[in-house]
Amino acid sequence: MLSAQSFGGPGKMKEYHYTGAVENRFSPYAFNGGTVLAVAGEDFAIVASDTRLSEGYSIHSRDSPKCYKLTDTTVIGCSGFHGDCLTLTKIIDARLKMYKHSNNKTMTSGAIAAMLSTILYGRRFFPYYVYNIIGGLDEEGKGAVYSFDPVGSYQRDTYKAGGSASAMLQPLLDNQIGFKNMEGVQHVPLTQEKAVQLVKDVFISAAERDVYTGDALRICIVTKEGINEQTIPLRKD
Amino acid sequence: MFQERASTVGSLVALEKKKTCSYATGAALSNSTSQFHFYIPEAGYLEESPIEFGQISAPKTSSGIPSEESFSSPSSLPASFPFASSESVPLPFPMGHGTTTLAFMFQGGVLAAADTRSSCSGLVACPAAQKILPIHSHLVGTTSGTSADCALWKRILSRELRLYQLRHGRRLSTGGAAKLLSHMLHPFKGTELCVAATLCGWDGGELDDGCRDDHKGSETDDSERRDTTETPKADVETTAGAPGEKVSLSKTQSSSRTKRQCSRRKISFSGPGLFYVCSDGTRLEGKLFSVGSGSPYAYSILDQGVRWGLTVEEATSIAREAVYRATRRDAYSGNFVDIYHVTANGWTRRTREDLKEEYYREKERRRLERERRGTTSSE
Repeated sequence: MLSAQSFGGPGKMKEYHYTGAVENRFSPYAFNGGTVLAVAGEDFAIVASDTRLSEGYSIHSRDSPKCYKLTDTTVIGCSGFHGDCLTLTKIIDARLKMYKHSNNKTMTSGAIAAMLSTILYGRRFFPYYVYNIIGGLDEEGKGAVYSFDPVGSYQRDTYKAGGSASAMLQPLLDNQIGFKNMEGVQHVPLTQEKAVQLVKDVFISAAERDVYTGDALRICIVTKEGINEQTIPLRKD
Repeated sequence: MFQERASTVGSLVALEKKKTCSYATGAALSNSTSQFHFYIPEAGYLEESPIEFGQISAPKTSSGIPSEESFSSPSSLPASFPFASSESVPLPFPMGHGTTTLAFMFQGGVLAAADTRSSCSGLVACPAAQKILPIHSHLVGTTSGTSADCALWKRILSRELRLYQLRHGRRLSTGGAAKLLSHMLHPFKGTELCVAATLCGWDGGELDDGCRDDHKGSETDDSERRDTTETPKADVETTAGAPGEKVSLSKTQSSSRTKRQCSRRKISFSGPGLFYVCSDGTRLEGKLFSVGSGSPYAYSILDQGVRWGLTVEEATSIAREAVYRATRRDAYSGNFVDIYHVTANGWTRRTREDLKEEYYREKERRRLERERRGTTSSE
């Protein structure tokens, strides 16, 4: 198991050849790759993630999805360091149960987002290395996406990509969903079918260009009827 | 990366010597950070490495926290709280920072403006972030530094101000809010927390009905509601965040005003307030501030045009121009501009404006002017 210090940063590999003395220090973090995406529509929300778990040059698993169901109306996608993803989702589940028991109702998406922000900030000086995106329905039944940074800064968006291929996907989403940087196009509202197709296309593109994204795509579609999951294969190389 | 950001902020504003304040163990401060039990990594855990080859021995942890006597939040921190940043965990990801925010005071109140780009070491994490956060109806704060820190500390400040309002029946002044924020950030001095905020507010003259005796009547009204256009003096605002000082207020009030018998606090100033608070401990009062990586560019526009007698439209257009110029020149600022205006009636927000349009309008204006002059001038 390689320590993350031998890498130049998230997702970058240092060359093996070096000149001079190198101090190898244990790093409590590792970068396990993966991309997460969420899109909010009029009455639906989609959270999608690839299922590859990698570290350095190795693939640990081809079937490790990064979307986790929190409530009937909320799904969270976490990418980054897998150990922190697991612990964070356990903590969120526990807090959801506590809320349910003391308040006799399930937490709304907005409330979960605010709670997650304080959970993440509680570890301001030893952060959870996780990029979170929450997708779900708000109290009025409209789609909501909340995107976070590793220390808890968050805001509500219409769409957001996070993880290793986020820098590639976000401009594409800006263009296709936000109609940014285009002149003379009609702004049509996003339908659920078009959104699902767009997510599939976008992940196929990401798998082409990002080594940490691939294997399979897990899509969770959140509507008022419930959460529908689909799995689509992606390239495995 | 966020380290260099913090030093940029520090170099823009001269660091003031911190006065040693004695904290009162007021209820207002006691639990301000108890909600956050910050997990600080034990330095010993990090020094141990399975690979011992080439290991350099780690520095010892600093023993004992510098005594923050009455500030009770250190009790919630583990004993080896590292004040030196060399003890902290090297982060594998960059934090977001880089911005242009500005605020100034004029005859029509206080105007605050900011861009909306939230950057993260070269990537624009969010093109439509909100950097001016309303704290309560008459106070907004501009944020600069790490966005998570600013958002959370603003929330904590709102909570503390609301508690103060409920306990004392009136709003805390801008200077008092700035002092409260500065004291709350003080235990984290030396850590990587990075908050540089300007608090813009209107200090009120209203009191809760229940806390005024009937026979005071209009006499106290006149002495209270002095709308001054002078710079508020920091020592006049005795509204520090600790209720323990409440009793001494009536004694220390200057003679021109104390006609009250009860120990009720007294508003001695009503009008705009503008303070700059930084996580390294700076707390400054002023009439004009600009914070962030784009602030030099903003200062050049503001120093040229800001004066007390501006109308609201003129002030808005200067603020907008300053942010626009800063976004043109500074890579870490951009996208939209937000403008908030604070008056005696509260804050109002101008619709967010896309600066891309302004850029094209200006190009068009320049093109027309070139045609009009009929010469081929250089850009």
